[in-house]
Amino acid sequence: MTEFIVQTINGFTLAGVIFLVSSGFTLIFGVMRVTSLMHGAVFLLGGYVAYSVIGALHNFFWGLAAGTVAMGALGLLVERGLLPLLRHSEFAELLATLGLVFVIDDVSLAIWGGNPLNITLPGVLNDSTTLPFHGIVYPNERFFILGVSVVVAVALYALLRRTRVGAIIRAGVDDREMVSALGINVRVVFSAVFVLGTALAGFAGVLGVPVVGLAPGNDVTILLLALAVVVIGGLGSYEGALLGSVIIALADVYGTAYFPAVSYSVLFIPLVVVLLVRPQGLLGRRSMA
Amino acid sequence: MIEIRDLHTYRGLNYVLQGIDLDIPDGQCTVLLGRNGMGKTTLVQTIMGLLRPRGGTVRIDGTDIAGRPPFAIARRGVALVPQGRRLFPSLTVEENLTLGVSRRSRGSRPAGGAGWTSERVYELFPNLGQRRHHRGNQLSGGEQQMLAIGRALLTGPRLLLMDEPSEGLAPVIVERVGQVIADLREQGLAIFLVEQNYGLAIRSADSVSILANGSVVWRGTPGDLDADPAARESHLGV
Repeated sequence: MTEFIVQTINGFTLAGVIFLVSSGFTLIFGVMRVTSLMHGAVFLLGGYVAYSVIGALHNFFWGLAAGTVAMGALGLLVERGLLPLLRHSEFAELLATLGLVFVIDDVSLAIWGGNPLNITLPGVLNDSTTLPFHGIVYPNERFFILGVSVVVAVALYALLRRTRVGAIIRAGVDDREMVSALGINVRVVFSAVFVLGTALAGFAGVLGVPVVGLAPGNDVTILLLALAVVVIGGLGSYEGALLGSVIIALADVYGTAYFPAVSYSVLFIPLVVVLLVRPQGLLGRRSMA
Repeated sequence: MIEIRDLHTYRGLNYVLQGIDLDIPDGQCTVLLGRNGMGKTTLVQTIMGLLRPRGGTVRIDGTDIAGRPPFAIARRGVALVPQGRRLFPSLTVEENLTLGVSRRSRGSRPAGGAGWTSERVYELFPNLGQRRHHRGNQLSGGEQQMLAIGRALLTGPRLLLMDEPSEGLAPVIVERVGQVIADLREQGLAIFLVEQNYGLAIRSADSVSILANGSVVWRGTPGDLDADPAARESHLGV
């Protein structure tokens, strides 16, 4: 029982990190129809940037800010500098963002090496708390990660549901042309969403280090998880990303804990089931073409 | 308001508009008729900037806007009520209506169409007011059409492009759409109406053009067309 509770909390912590990555991934696809395969690499690079900044400034929060801002800037560079050269060719965009994965991986390997690195959270966050049931001792940093993810998720929800910009983004997922025909410069909105999405991936890459580590190969793992999340939840759907993150994260931790031999199968069974039963995703819209 | 000269547009590999010349004057209802597949929607989408023409000009008050992005054309006072309505299903009725209204653009919109607010649209279409917090896709066909019209009006246009607003509606609702068109025209709005519904088109029109195989093959007044059964027969089949 204790084991199960711990795994469940682990699952929700991982869900928080995965949600931060996949919410940006799904919004970028939703409004731009760009499947940004570099999203996992951005996650990893954000962590590495933070690692170096923390090494220099000895402050976790400066590292978190640096990883987020640097990845947002990278997003701006890619969206403004690279994608316009390929516009309207989904295949070229896929290949270009995939190519960036190799570039980021090799540069990271050259700078930060191939050994796993770690980021420690400051002060009380690096402690543990004994929970009032079953005597479970659980690291504070994971509660912090979960809490921050929830705060970001709520903020993102408020942005999407309560503001005009959010309405434009949601409308853009429905029908980009029609948004433009209402006098709204959708290109500006696209850029903003792309920057927001990559910044979120960088943010998650820093915040998620205590959960998924900081090592080569994480980028592919995270990208796969994000892809699974948006396939399950529905491409372009915020709520879908939220639901998909919880499903995938729980499947991942339970699979690893209880069926370690077939953990990858456990992870992708929900994916296959959704694809068979509801190919547009649990909360996706069929009309999206 | 709009002068179209020698306009050519492709849809993929299809050569759809093959040299269109057409004027849409201020404050009048200009109707475009034609059978399915003759290029009516392609023309509307080219004017709005949703399709980029291969050649020719579309002048708004003398400025050529052919090939400009839709938002730039919208900001010059053109609004679209598209075929199939194309409401945003993720947005509420209220959000659908007000999406095109920004604080920044409110001041800079052309003067002619100013004064449209969501409250005024709800007065015009009370059903929408009762459903303002519903999603755009939870409305009846008629309500959806009214919402699509209201959404276009709130961008403050001087010209309303209406692509088959009667499509899929019950006759009594088509009647209502006809009234709305007449009212808007009365208030000085220019309307470019693309229709299959011959009755609605003729009642609304100041002038009529007929499109066949990518060019304008007939133009005149509604009276002329009524008196020309040969033209109706050969181009429209009515």
